[in-house]
Amino acid sequence: MELQQPPHGAAGATDVPSLGSSHRLDSAVALTGLDITFHLDGGHRYKAVTGIDLAVAAGEFVSVVGPTGCGKSTLLNAAAGLLTPSAGTVSIFGKPLSGLNRRAGYLFQADALMPWKTALDNVKVALEPMGVSDAEADRRAREWLARVGLRAFVDRYPHMLSGGQRKRVALAQMLIRDPEILLMDEPFGPLDAQTRQIMGNLLLDLWSRDRKALIFVTHDLEEAIALSDRVVVMSAGPAAGIVADYRVPLPRPRDIAEIRLEKAFHEIHRDIWASLRVEVQKAYAMGEGKDLVENKDLVDGAAS
Amino acid sequence: MNRVKLLALQALVMVVFLALWHVVTTTSLFGEVKTTQFFFSTPIAVLSRTWAQLTGSEIYWHLGITLTETVLAFVIGSAAGILFGFVFARNDLLAAVFDPYIKASNALPRVVLAPIFALWFGLGIWSKVALGFTLVFFIVFFNVYQGVREVSPTVLANARMLGMNERQLFRHVYWPSALTWMFSSLHTSVGFALVGAVVGEYLGSSAGLGYKIHEAESVFDVTGVFSGMLILAIFVIMIDSLVTMVERKLLVWRPGQSSTTT
Repeated sequence: MELQQPPHGAAGATDVPSLGSSHRLDSAVALTGLDITFHLDGGHRYKAVTGIDLAVAAGEFVSVVGPTGCGKSTLLNAAAGLLTPSAGTVSIFGKPLSGLNRRAGYLFQADALMPWKTALDNVKVALEPMGVSDAEADRRAREWLARVGLRAFVDRYPHMLSGGQRKRVALAQMLIRDPEILLMDEPFGPLDAQTRQIMGNLLLDLWSRDRKALIFVTHDLEEAIALSDRVVVMSAGPAAGIVADYRVPLPRPRDIAEIRLEKAFHEIHRDIWASLRVEVQKAYAMGEGKDLVENKDLVDGAAS
Repeated sequence: MNRVKLLALQALVMVVFLALWHVVTTTSLFGEVKTTQFFFSTPIAVLSRTWAQLTGSEIYWHLGITLTETVLAFVIGSAAGILFGFVFARNDLLAAVFDPYIKASNALPRVVLAPIFALWFGLGIWSKVALGFTLVFFIVFFNVYQGVREVSPTVLANARMLGMNERQLFRHVYWPSALTWMFSSLHTSVGFALVGAVVGEYLGSSAGLGYKIHEAESVFDVTGVFSGMLILAIFVIMIDSLVTMVERKLLVWRPGQSSTTT
């Protein structure tokens, strides 16, 4: 099976620039030569990710997997414009990104709803920056809440909703603005296994209606394969990079609970796990018995 | 423990207290009755005086003065606290420069300001409002400052990703967060507004509950002092339950504040 593509990083050195830029033009999101270094207290520097080249086409569902703390979320935040890369560029539909990415919606891992607003108001408020009238916003917010299965919960405050219901509200809040790019940072991480499957199917159902470019960060490889068109594997941090990039040629529409039982799924899983396992073990060995301070020289060493 | 039993026990404490007081001041067990009554009055005298005052009209005028001072101190102090809290929380340099001065002025016992305020604002209500203001301002200021500073970074990032501009962030994120912190200290700040008013009246005025107590004290009318204290306590409890009602209404979205949690 020809599933494995050469890692983007490896091909980068010999890439002809014109070829690279034309490739980037039809990408919804293109990260080129991305380095992100954090300046910590006490003058320490932490190089989170380095040499990242990643292009996501319009309509493509790409998952990013990697060991805990490898900088997956950092990558997503750079694509969202929430943080500025130390080197390299972020292009959105061929245009370099400066400031916040106005064409993207972001689904956070932690609770991001405004706790002082009801579900309805949380979704409605997303339309306010777009200048939608109150009556129209109300109508569309109710429609979206019904679409995510919360018709009966519009007047609940976030603390009165379960974790899965809160994610549904957040999903409606993001999608009601109809962003061209969807960024998701382990959105179903805090949920239990069954709720994750239900949310995964809901996400696929909503996404397949108009197929936006979607970057989905997760540490769950099965979830990544079941959902995406492509799975990108990141190495263990610090100074994490992309080590592998796989296509997932499973047919759509998919049911993420059932697709896990198919033979093709297992083959892909085995291939990707082969490269992911190495990184997970590396990350685990690094974390074992050492705290951050002791890791300092290791951090600095890896950054140079 | 059920409610009836609790209420019975609470009533028992009061009865025992009043009975002890009565025995001490009406029998010669603890010295001459005249002397003990001079220092401690008697429960019956205090209660009947209080009743007489509450059924009369004069006390309500004094209560009205105290209430006016309290409300003014609370409203002006809160408004200034909110304004400065926001400005300082959004401006790191300003906060850093003024930090030692704010801490120093908050450390000052406010009672020492009362004579100065009496000098500046006269013996009318405004010197009492000023005293209450200095107490309320700092509580509200620190809470609003904290509220703006401690907005969840995720909620803020999410709001920004939704495309909100500064004005919308203020309306939907910073403002509600700051108000939450302010409301959580509502009992304290209303209480301090009242303390400012009463202490100010006590130290120099011609009206209000603090004045009534001071007046009774200066003629050695212990019954009048105790009766004034009792009326003050009733007044405080009434204001406090009003605050609780307001709080319940405003913080309905908070976990633990609502009974509709599933």
